[in-house]
Amino acid sequence: MGMTITEKILAAAAGKKAVRPGELVNAKVDLVLGNDITAPMAIQEFEKIGVAEVFDRDRVVLVPDHFVPNKDIKSAEQAKIVREFARRQKLTHYFEVGRMGIEHCLLPEEGLVGPGDVVVGADSHTCTYGALGAFSTGVGSTDLAAAMALGEIWLKVPASLKFVYSGELPPWVGGKDLILYTIGDIGVDGAAYRAMEFTGPAIAKLSMDGRFTMANMAVEAGAKNGIVPPDEITREYVQGRAKRSYQFYAGDPDAEYAKVYEYDVSEMEPAVAFPHLPENVRPVSAAGHVKIDQVVIGSCTNGRLEDLRLAAGVLAGKKVHPDVRLIVIPGTQKIYLQALQEGLIKIFIEAGAVVSTPTCGPCLGGYMGVLAAGERCLATTNRNFVGRMGHRESEVYLSNPAVAAASAIAGCIVGPKEVL
Amino acid sequence: MILQGKAWKFGDDINTDLIIPARYLNTSDPSELAGHCMEDADPEFPRKVQPGDIIVAGKNFGSGSSREHAPLAIKAAGVSCVIAGSYARIFYRNAFNIGLPIFEAPEAAERIQSGDLLRVDVDKGIITNLSRREEYRATPIPPFMQEIISAGGLIDYVKKQKKQYQRTVP
Ligand code: SF4
Repeated sequence: MGMTITEKILAAAAGKKAVRPGELVNAKVDLVLGNDITAPMAIQEFEKIGVAEVFDRDRVVLVPDHFVPNKDIKSAEQAKIVREFARRQKLTHYFEVGRMGIEHCLLPEEGLVGPGDVVVGADSHTCTYGALGAFSTGVGSTDLAAAMALGEIWLKVPASLKFVYSGELPPWVGGKDLILYTIGDIGVDGAAYRAMEFTGPAIAKLSMDGRFTMANMAVEAGAKNGIVPPDEITREYVQGRAKRSYQFYAGDPDAEYAKVYEYDVSEMEPAVAFPHLPENVRPVSAAGHVKIDQVVIGSCTNGRLEDLRLAAGVLAGKKVHPDVRLIVIPGTQKIYLQALQEGLIKIFIEAGAVVSTPTCGPCLGGYMGVLAAGERCLATTNRNFVGRMGHRESEVYLSNPAVAAASAIAGCIVGPKEVL
Repeated sequence: MILQGKAWKFGDDINTDLIIPARYLNTSDPSELAGHCMEDADPEFPRKVQPGDIIVAGKNFGSGSSREHAPLAIKAAGVSCVIAGSYARIFYRNAFNIGLPIFEAPEAAERIQSGDLLRVDVDKGIITNLSRREEYRATPIPPFMQEIISAGGLIDYVKKQKKQYQRTVP
């Protein structure tokens, strides 16, 4: 019987001809990842194992991005632990402030992940790299420690769910909207412990940035991984960028799926997820002009160049509503620089936005835009849980960057059509 | 092993931001994390929880981030185990890796109410509700997980593996 792309990648990494869903495998990892929140704990556990060195200093990547530039003394101490470990282990890929970015924007950009890779990261949004046709999944710090020491990890092969998107994407509808509607449909545990495979004519035309956004939020449906079968768009992205060899895998025609979902995208409008779960999705026209205090455009979900271009396209020549704080955070230094060269940063600042150095910052209520009690924020991030961006009585709504920009102008949640 | 304690009941989709808000993740000190455990779900919890108490919740417990700080905060708060309808996958792994006993038991999760006195036979996966005189069964722990537990957690399991590896590679 045939295998899905996820099964094929895992079989290869486990040195097996075939694997089946539910099977436990010991998979070789191509890359492991930690950040300033999860790595300190992993380093502590790594040291207990009693090995002197990580399995491969080219394949252990550490990116301080959540609370850096250090927001306070405690976070400075955590970042220091990561930095010193990276120096001690002579890691090739440690990314210091000024050269870093939000990990899931940074790693693909740097060519550190490629199609066919197996990647584990101590961050739940490690699933982002599935957009490149890799198997990548989030783990905790202890699993990261073990993977840093062994270069392998035990995994249960997930069953796959297939999502087929057909039709032409309407204006202002993109990857964020597709994934929000999908989560709205299947629920926040609708893909629990399974792989989400994104396919169909609409995906075949979707940009790499749009695919990253979709794979990024697979974990919001409880999935182990999200994956887009690699194609010419993937090839164009990884060519000249990849730092290692890569391999394109394709699922077999007779591969088995636990379930197949089909969506016609041609009638979709931009989506908004209401508090406090990403599954509370409504079309923007049914959002009821909710008044907002803050808008955040950034994060590993929507902090890439295409996102900034979309937002700038809406904001050009317009002003942010007097009652709204607009915070724009480019995902990496390269994205920041490119946005600067294209004049996007000028548009943001002239509109009355603040532009921050790359950081997770407000996405997890860390700093750089924490909410007070009763405040509401529309964000292009991925989670709108209670207290996610600050006080437990604050609220977060999720949308794509164009809706976020339009709402910043209007002072309430609206689609781009209402301000253009 | 037998655990006994009072139940604290929570709903569905208790995510890691509710278990330990990200604003406290600038430390990994267990006792500091314990002081904010479940704070955004129930601000009273960190002050009122007693050693041995048991968290009972609905489906998809521990969804969201990969932070191991979540099971660590629960353990450090003195909670003896968690009983839920189902778990998000990263939390499930993390709990085993750090040695927090967790049980998947949909019936128990539904029947148990806050304040019920519970007795849990960890090895048999049997949960007794002493207040309601009921008994529930937890889904058996996968054999591989049991291996990790009996090795004393993932790190000790890896240590053992590493030794075997070194013996085979001269
Ligand atoms: S941007 Fe937000 S979701 Fe992405 S890695 Fe940072 S904190 Fe996590």
